Amino acid sequence: MTARPGGRPLVPAYLATGGTARHPRLRLERLSLLLRSDKPVPDGLTPAQLALLDELADGTLTVVEAAALLRLPVSAIRVLAAELVDRDLLVTRAPIPPAERFAPDLLKRVADGLRALKH
Amino acid sequence: MASAPSSTSRVHLPDTARDLVKILVTGPFGVGKTTLIDSVSEIRPLHTEEHLTEASAQVDDLDGVRDKVTTTVAVDFGRISLPDGIVLYLFGTPGQERFRPLWDDIAYGALGALVLVDSRRVDASFDVLGLVEESGLPYAVAFNAFPDAPRHYTQDQLRAALDLDPGTPMVTCDAREANSSLDALLALVQHLIDRQNTATAPESV
Ligand SMILES: Nc1nc2c(ncn2[C@@H]2O[C@H](COP(=O)(O)OP(=O)(O)OP(=O)(O)O)[C@@H](O)[C@H]2O)c(=O)[nH]1
Ligand SMILES: [Mg+2]
Repeated sequence: MTARPGGRPLVPAYLATGGTARHPRLRLERLSLLLRSDKPVPDGLTPAQLALLDELADGTLTVVEAAALLRLPVSAIRVLAAELVDRDLLVTRAPIPPAERFAPDLLKRVADGLRALKH
Repeated sequence: MASAPSSTSRVHLPDTARDLVKILVTGPFGVGKTTLIDSVSEIRPLHTEEHLTEASAQVDDLDGVRDKVTTTVAVDFGRISLPDGIVLYLFGTPGQERFRPLWDDIAYGALGALVLVDSRRVDASFDVLGLVEESGLPYAVAFNAFPDAPRHYTQDQLRAALDLDPGTPMVTCDAREANSSLDALLALVQHLIDRQNTATAPESV
């Protein structure tokens, strides 16, 4: 696959998730949006939680974008984000519901948008 | 494109982003997945590192040698912001059977798959076509135009070699060219629209 640009992960994956493999309730998709809430950052957060909040200070990211920027596996971001949602520090929004993804109007807008990019 | 203060800030989504959709760009090793995504993506190439613990555990059991080895695989992705708040993500998804759990996770909720085929080694795409068909994702096939590709194949021969359904779109593509990559993606999206029209068309007597 693609060679990764050099550098170690900012936070080792095993520390980032504190050993938990899965969060019991919230299942985040790769394209779920992560948004910072208004709540101030409390003391006692882990470095990985702080690193994620830090990335989100500049704007909205999806789960995969956060994973790429923090160099953490998607599974680690899912856990981290769920922890931060529990603390009201993060709001998430699901991408388009799977049932709506084949709506003719949406598909047509995708096609029109792609056509407009051609030059 | 407007200049951004740092490379990081360009990754953040525009405030207008509303409908996030994805398409898988898949195919065997070295077929041009990353090239196609980079040719059309608005963000610098990004990737996630995926850990494949379970798959490697099985291999290790068979080996009886190594213990708890985790293989990682990089999954590239790119993004195209379209009008009306639509953001289209492209995921360069490895097409090997052993990546199936990863494949299923990425495929969840996807619009469809663009399957890249190298006409110099058509059989390298059998695995991925199997994965795509089992996942139920609608797909289109794009033959990547490598310079030393055999020219004597007709479209019918290529279709037959891949055992494609007559309704499956097949285009040729140069993944290095944005326009060509866009055409391949358009062939897929048009296929999705046609399927939908057929599905919702009033029944003729
Ligand atoms: N001539 C030609 N070369 C291409 C085309 N697409 C890709 N290539 C070249 O083929 C090589 C492999 O392309 P990649 O985009 O890295 O392939 P990949 O599918 O991402 O490969 P892996 O991630 O390793 O599986 C690169 O050297 C590309 O420049 C194409 O359409 N035409
Ligand atoms: Mg690649």
